[in-house]
Amino acid sequence: MITRLEDKELKRQSRRELFKLLPVAALGVFAFPKLSDRLVETGVHFSDWAAGALFRSELRAQTFSNFQVVPFEKFPYNGYDVLDPEVDLENWTLTVEGDVQHPGEYKLSQIQALPKLNQNTRHICVEGWDVIGAFGGTPISNFLTLVGANTTARFLEVECADDYYESIDMASALHPQSLLCYEMYGQPLDRKHGAPLRLQMPTKLGYKQAKYLDTIRVTNVLKPGKTGYWEDQGYSWFGGL
Amino acid sequence: MSMSPSNENNEDENVNKNEEERPATNPATPVGEPETSEPPAKVEAEARVEAQVLKEEPEEAPELVRAAYEHPFAIRVTHWVNAISLFVMVGSGLRIFRAFPSFGPKIPQKVLLDIPKSLTIGGWLGGALQWHFTFMWFFAGSGILYIVYQLLSGHYRTVLFTPRDIPGVWPMARHYFLFGPKPPATGQYNPLQKLAYTSSVAFGALSLLTGIVLYKPTQFSWLAFLFGGFHLTRIWHFAAMCGFLAFIPGHLIMVVLHGWSNFFSMLSGWKREPEYQE
Repeated sequence: MITRLEDKELKRQSRRELFKLLPVAALGVFAFPKLSDRLVETGVHFSDWAAGALFRSELRAQTFSNFQVVPFEKFPYNGYDVLDPEVDLENWTLTVEGDVQHPGEYKLSQIQALPKLNQNTRHICVEGWDVIGAFGGTPISNFLTLVGANTTARFLEVECADDYYESIDMASALHPQSLLCYEMYGQPLDRKHGAPLRLQMPTKLGYKQAKYLDTIRVTNVLKPGKTGYWEDQGYSWFGGL
Repeated sequence: MSMSPSNENNEDENVNKNEEERPATNPATPVGEPETSEPPAKVEAEARVEAQVLKEEPEEAPELVRAAYEHPFAIRVTHWVNAISLFVMVGSGLRIFRAFPSFGPKIPQKVLLDIPKSLTIGGWLGGALQWHFTFMWFFAGSGILYIVYQLLSGHYRTVLFTPRDIPGVWPMARHYFLFGPKPPATGQYNPLQKLAYTSSVAFGALSLLTGIVLYKPTQFSWLAFLFGGFHLTRIWHFAAMCGFLAFIPGHLIMVVLHGWSNFFSMLSGWKREPEYQE
């Protein structure tokens, strides 16, 4: 709609309206690397908070038929350091610590005695690729019941034989599809895939699926700067799907 | 005079009053000129002369500028926040794509596009994800605010591409690309502009919805299903970016060709001497 107004008035109005837009320039702080590093970290924390609030444990990750699973040899080996930390499979035990009634060392046979779940689910990497694999193990929640864990605690921390480490929120750990996985494709987990025991949680990204498990700790506090190998370098801590 | 964005309708009315009454009440002192210290008699004499002149040629008296308040505040804010976010989302998105530059299987992996690092934001995958996960809020927030404002205010009628605009697209394209005759301007935006701006909103909606699926495919599995699954969604997400990358250069070239006043209108809201009538 055309208005007719005096030049001076038009300039005055234009100036006014221009100044009203000035707060948008605040986004310019992102142009300063020292500030932007902190700000985008905060952005990821905010996103993690939102993702945690959004997470609904009754939702199941999609499962697939045996025909949709990629052949075993097309399921990538992925590790941050060594693919085989040479775990002594004969004498391996899982150390359980923290807010649990029965801390101590647990044998693989004790974990295998728990109800078993086989699932064909999608493994999604933070890089953008994904593969559908066949996994077998016991839901983490079964094991937490066995060790008498306080499931109202907030976190589950894990440490690995290759010095990898991770932590996950309790809600995701208790998700019925979150496994302590000791089988892939119906075979015992092979060394490069994390033998003898790894995490397998289809509601989490690949880097959360720690391999070569060594220690599990139930806790309410995470040590700052020690929340996960990749998370400490900037990846999203929640890493949920 | 409800066009005014500020609460200064009074002032607008004053402008109108001046326009109508100035010759009778205070003809010697046009608004905006300092009062002279000349003797009253002389001023009065001049005033009479000027009043006569004004009676003969009344349309020349008030030096009024034709202008239009084209872009309401909400549109300008969301435009610029969205423009900045889009720049960051594309830059960091390309960096994320570099981590797995393919839409095929992981094994064997084929590199579809080798995107130069210099075109990307974030430095590494983790950094790029931080930028992406921060600016997605600005991108989504500004986009949603824009759409809500357009719908509630009815302002969308100036820009929404409708079937009625279809016949006008080709003449406009012919004018821009083949130097055909310029179709007369009938509104704030011509049909080709409406098509471009409406498409860019569609690209935004597509990139947001597909982004939500890639971010939380299990929490939004119904949306993933709608887009044909996780793999296809990643392709749609990339395609939406390609749509933006097709739109932006054309948009920027047009802004440059149409000059300062047109560009400045997206900052101040006001456009001086618009091409169209009423």
